[in-house]
This record gives sequence, C-alpha cells and structure tokens, in this order.
Amino acid sequence: MDFNDTAEEAAYRKQVRAWLDKNATRKENAKDIAPPKDLKEMIAQSKAWQAKKADAGYACITWPKEWGGGGGTTINNVIYSQEESKYAVPGGIFAIGLGMCIPTVMSWGPDEAKQRFVKPAVRGDEIWCQLFSEPAGGSDVAGLRTKAEKDGDDWVINGQKVWTSGAHFCDYGILLTRTDPNVPKHKGLTMFWIDMKDPAVEVRPIKQMSGGAEFNEVFFTNLRVKDSQRLGKVGDGWKVALTTLMNERLAVGGSQGNADTDELISLARNTDIAGEPAIRHGGVRERIADWYVQAQGLKFTRFRTLTALSKGETPGPESSISKIVAAKKMQDLGSFGMDLQDMGGVIRDRKISPEEGAYTEQWIGAAGYRIAGGTDEILRNIVAERVLGLPQDIRVDKDLPFNQAPKGK
Amino acid sequence: MNFDFSDDQKMLKEQVRKFLADKCPMSVTRRVLEKEEPYAAEVWKGLVEMGLTGTAIPEEFGGLGLGALELCVIAEELGRAAAPVPFSSSIYLAAEALRLFGTKKQKETWLPKLASGEIIGTLAVSEGTHAAHPRNIAVKHAGGKINGVKQPVVDGGAASLAIVAVNTGGSGEQAVSLAIVDLKAGGVSAEPVRTLDPSRQHVTLTFKDAPAEILGDKTGEGWSQLSRVLDGAAVLFAFEQVGGTEAALEMARDYALERYAFGRQIGSYQAIKHKLADMYVKKELAKSNAYFGAMMLNDEGGELTEAAAASRIAGSDAYVFAAQENIQTHGGIGYTWESDCQFHYRRAKLLALAVGAPIQWKEKLVARLEAKNAA
Repeated sequence: MDFNDTAEEAAYRKQVRAWLDKNATRKENAKDIAPPKDLKEMIAQSKAWQAKKADAGYACITWPKEWGGGGGTTINNVIYSQEESKYAVPGGIFAIGLGMCIPTVMSWGPDEAKQRFVKPAVRGDEIWCQLFSEPAGGSDVAGLRTKAEKDGDDWVINGQKVWTSGAHFCDYGILLTRTDPNVPKHKGLTMFWIDMKDPAVEVRPIKQMSGGAEFNEVFFTNLRVKDSQRLGKVGDGWKVALTTLMNERLAVGGSQGNADTDELISLARNTDIAGEPAIRHGGVRERIADWYVQAQGLKFTRFRTLTALSKGETPGPESSISKIVAAKKMQDLGSFGMDLQDMGGVIRDRKISPEEGAYTEQWIGAAGYRIAGGTDEILRNIVAERVLGLPQDIRVDKDLPFNQAPKGK
Repeated sequence: MNFDFSDDQKMLKEQVRKFLADKCPMSVTRRVLEKEEPYAAEVWKGLVEMGLTGTAIPEEFGGLGLGALELCVIAEELGRAAAPVPFSSSIYLAAEALRLFGTKKQKETWLPKLASGEIIGTLAVSEGTHAAHPRNIAVKHAGGKINGVKQPVVDGGAASLAIVAVNTGGSGEQAVSLAIVDLKAGGVSAEPVRTLDPSRQHVTLTFKDAPAEILGDKTGEGWSQLSRVLDGAAVLFAFEQVGGTEAALEMARDYALERYAFGRQIGSYQAIKHKLADMYVKKELAKSNAYFGAMMLNDEGGELTEAAAASRIAGSDAYVFAAQENIQTHGGIGYTWESDCQFHYRRAKLLALAVGAPIQWKEKLVARLEAKNAA
C-alpha cells in the first residue's frame, strides 16, 4: 500500500510538469497577476490556453488523436488535472461541452456533425452548453415541456430551459425536447444540437441568492432546426440524455477551495467563548474532529478510486458518496465558522472581516451546491437504487401519456 | 497510486470469510451469548489451525511474520461475522504489546504460545467507569507483585496471560507501567461481569500479590506503550467495524426488499432508502479512513495516531449507526430475542467502547491537529 506513481505514471507526471513549467505560472508565483478584467477577456484567455493544451495533447487526454484528443489513459488525465491545479490557468468554461455535450454528439450524431464540431470544441474555438433542466423539470428532467414540432424537413421549437451554465457565452448547445406528448414521458423526447446565436434563442441571466449570475434562463420562440441536427432517433431522447449524464466527469479533482478543518482550527485559536480561546471548548473540538474525519474519508475514498483507475480497473461505486458528504459539510462548517465570530459573523464585507467573509460566502454558496448537479435527495436515491439495489420510487406518471399525467402549475 | 490491499491479502480475506460463513453463522454467536460460553471454542480452534493467530508474530517467535495489512483483512471478516472469539484480545492487544515492547526473553516466553493458540492473552486497563488515564490506574505494582482490581477485562476468564496497566509509583504518565501477568500462577481471581454483549465474555480480575513482570526492561514507560498499542488496535477494530457495518447494512437491505407495507416493498420508500444510503455513506467514510490507518500501521508512519483516531471515530460512527438503523428498518421483529439484529446492536456498541470511546479519541485527535496548526 502506497501513494506512489507507477514508473509510467511518474514519467508522464514529469513530462506534464515540464510542459506546465514552460507554459504556465505556479499559483504561489501568480499573486501579482491581475485576474481578467471582464468576461470577454476571460474567454479569450481560456480559449488561448485550451488551444495550447490541444496542440500539446493535453486537451481531452483520453480521446483518440484523430479527434484532436491526446490518446491517453484515464489515469493520465487524472495526473494532468492534479498537476494543472497547481498552476494559475484559466479554466472551467469548456468542462460541460467537452465533458458532456461533445461525447453525446460523438455517440449519437451523424458523421457530418462529428466532423464539423469535435475538433473545434477540443481546441476551445467553440463552447457548448447543455439545455436539459426546465422550470417544470429539475430532479425529474424527463418532465420537461419544451416542444419540438415537425414542419416539413425542419423542427420548430418553443419553450424554456433554466439553470443553463454559460449560455450567455456559448456557441452551441444540446437541447432535450418533447416531440410527442401523447406517450409516457420518457418515450416522447428527442435531442438536437442548436446554434445558441440564433435570434430565436434568448438568454437571460439568473441572479442567484449569492448575488452572482453564473446560470441562465434560455427561451426558444419558433426556433427552426434542421432534422439533420437531431442526435439519435425521434423518441430516443432519454436514452441519448443518459449518455450525456453518464459522461459527467469523474469527480477526482482537487478541493473546492473552501475553508476546511485547518482553517477552522486557526479561527478557533483566534476567537473565544466565555473569555477563553474557542479551541479549548469541547463543543468546538468535537466538531473539528468530526469534520476532519469526514474530510479524510473523502480524500482517501478518492485515492481508492484513483487506485482502481491506476490499475486499469473500473472504480467501485464508493465515489458516489462524495457530493452527499462534501456539500453538507461545506454548509455546516461555513455556518459554524460564522458562529465562532459571534455577532460579527454576519459581516460579509471583505475589508472588515478578518476572514474576508469566507465562512459567510461558503455558507451561502453551499445552499446552491447541495442542489446543483443532483440534490442531496436524488443522490441518496441513486446510492439506494444503483448501489444497494433498492426499488425505484413508485412513479404515478410512468405509464400515462405525458399530456394526461398529473402536473402542478 | 496503490491504495489497496494486494491480491494475496484479498485471497486471505476470502479464505477467512468462507471459513466464518461456514463455521460461524449468527447461530454460533447466539449460542455463546445464550449459554454464556467464554467463546466459541470450535471457531477459535479453526482460526488457530488456519495459522491466523500467528499472522503478524515474527517467524523467530513462532509466527508467520506477515504484517498489519494481513491482520486488517482478517479483522474485517471477524467483524462481519460478529465472531465470538478472543482474537482481538489475544492478538491485537496482548501479542502486539509483547511484539512491540517485550524483551527478547519475554517474547520467547509468550509469543510462540499466543501464535500457536496454546494460550489466550488479553489487555487489562480499565478499573471501572472512568476513562483510561494515568490518574485512573490504581492497581499497584511493588516487589514483583501486583494488587488491585481490573474491570471489565474482556476474555479475562479464558486468558492465561494479561498485559496489565499498573502503577509503579511516581507522578503523571511516569507512574504507569505495563506488566506481564501469568493468570494461572496464583494470586488472581476472575469473576464474570454482566455486560451489554455477552457474546464476548468480560470479567473482573482481582489481583492479590499476583506475580508480575514489567513489560520491556524499565518502569514508567507504560503510558506511551499503551498509547501505541491502542493506536494499532484502533485501526484493527476499525476494520471489524467496517465488516460489521457491511453486514448490518446487508441485513437491513435484504429485509427492506422482502418486507411489504401499504402494498409496497418498504425499500421503495425514501425514508428507508435514504436511511440505507446514509449507512452506505458512513461505511465508505469508515473504510477509507481505515485504509489509511492500515497503511500507517503497516509502515509505522508518522501519522499513525491521527489515522488511528480517524479510523476509530469513523468506524464507531458507522457501525453504531448501521446497527441502530438496522433494527429500526426491521421494526418490531428487530427488537425480539429471536431476531439476529441484536447481535450487531450489542457488538457495535461494544466495539465503540472497547479501546476507548470516540469522544476520548476525538480529544486525542484534536490535540494533535491543534499542535500541528500552531507549529
């Protein structure tokens, strides 16, 4: 038992480090580099970095070279991500496109679509978003209502999507629609790729509780798409969507950048309870211990997954626990960090708060993190059903035509 | 990254699992508990014949000379079966204390007998309902003899050897030594104690001028020796807890699939599904922490204490939760004497207390983390 690389892994890591040293700045040396001043500049920097990676074979490392990928293994990809996370590089905006959308195009799209889209996406020339969630279909995605109707050789699309990350700067998207409301909900869906710059597509940012706006609502008013933009057969949209969701990248990356037990211990050494350092208080000590044990449990669960990948095996289901634990821990720890600052815990002003409002930000953000990408409840269902083999919930709309199923407003 | 057991270790695990599934079903645990047997003699004999007692004892002292990782996989299977045998007392505690701190002569005297299963050993620390602490060690050692009372001592009735925490005079931690006591040499009486888990026998040991030899070659080192022995045992018990959690979760899962209420399998209700998902989450956190504990124990790594504490905290939390919620999932039938749920319920709490309660380990852990943070 050890944490060491195999000889090939070590060689690959060395090669990655050498390349990164030459082409990027380590985080500890990047303090003076100004962040991009606006979205346009951020996107330009991201695209330039992605193209550089693609040229060196570090974009889409596991994809075949003929599609612009690196022709490497999953563990190569993990090693690259581990190393890249130590450098100040732009990132994030291609994750959904390359992690979910393009794999779907590759699995289900006609040849012309693959030839047209895969390579530009790998190089970062074009950015993709995923249009699944709707006001009436969050956890129950298949309850969506956006309509696509056949009109000659075209389809005409009307409806609304929500929580679309990056829709305001994306070039293309994959869109899940309802093409037949007269059959049960999973059977009447069809997937298309669409041009996000089409005037029939309107993107409106959603202001979140945190004050930020990372997501959007997207409206379609008589959007015309060609039948050749269809991904998979008419009515097979659910099957196609499952490919997309299966391709969600393995959560084996680094930390979320939030405060953890070490920061909390520092805080508890510098705050007090009844005139004594808070760290001396049993209630504080017990919470620190519990969160430390959770953090270690998550870290070593990730190491177990990496070990399976390193051996070329399929990882077990243990990684499915990560977000269930991490999101709630992030929320509770944020809340407790504010408690330790007592009345001052409400301060969110970075200039006044010695902690730069970190615990407050973490606590506010955690409310969203517990929902995004699968709520705590849906994730527990997944563990219960897929890992433990328990039955699915009773679904009263399962066999009813979609247009006769019970619906709220 | 190679954060896993080897194929040989997994094969050993499979052998132990098969043996226990065959020879140590829950009916055996029930028999030991109901008949108040000291332990399941035939199961113990089988484990000894498989050579398992000698696993981590060096070859020169009659063992196989394997390491902690092999003991960990055995522990996980003993835990899964809630096996009513003195393996933990004899091996994780007595044999490990001797292996780590005994003189050559002490090892030569005792380790071959523990390896061959000729005798059973145990560790006697507790003197009642106070946490283990130098202040709470009153059994007095003087002139090669000890006097006082230890309770509860698990397997103290079946054991021929006890490593006893004693007071050798002085102050604080320096007052504590570990002593080797031949329980058959006179001056020792053992009275059974009623406990929450009678599938593992506990006794009160009373020493009256019982001959005792200090472990190692000098007095006053007992507290740090004990601490190291308990760190190792915490990791091994964590593997028992992981095995036990898995067994309790499987019981709950199977019942949730077969039991119908309101026209549906109860496992189709989210109240049950989420409860079982939570058991799984806790089990995986416990397992991952225990793996790191195993690695630190095997390598005598610098983070052994933190890893042992984390293993113990996560393992205790997982098994107690799973055992409690297993009964809850079963409903009324789970609370009956005829149900096997009780064995995990009892064992889970016993294991959570056996080498110190989680709250004590949390304190030990945070003290270390605090010191590191300050440095």
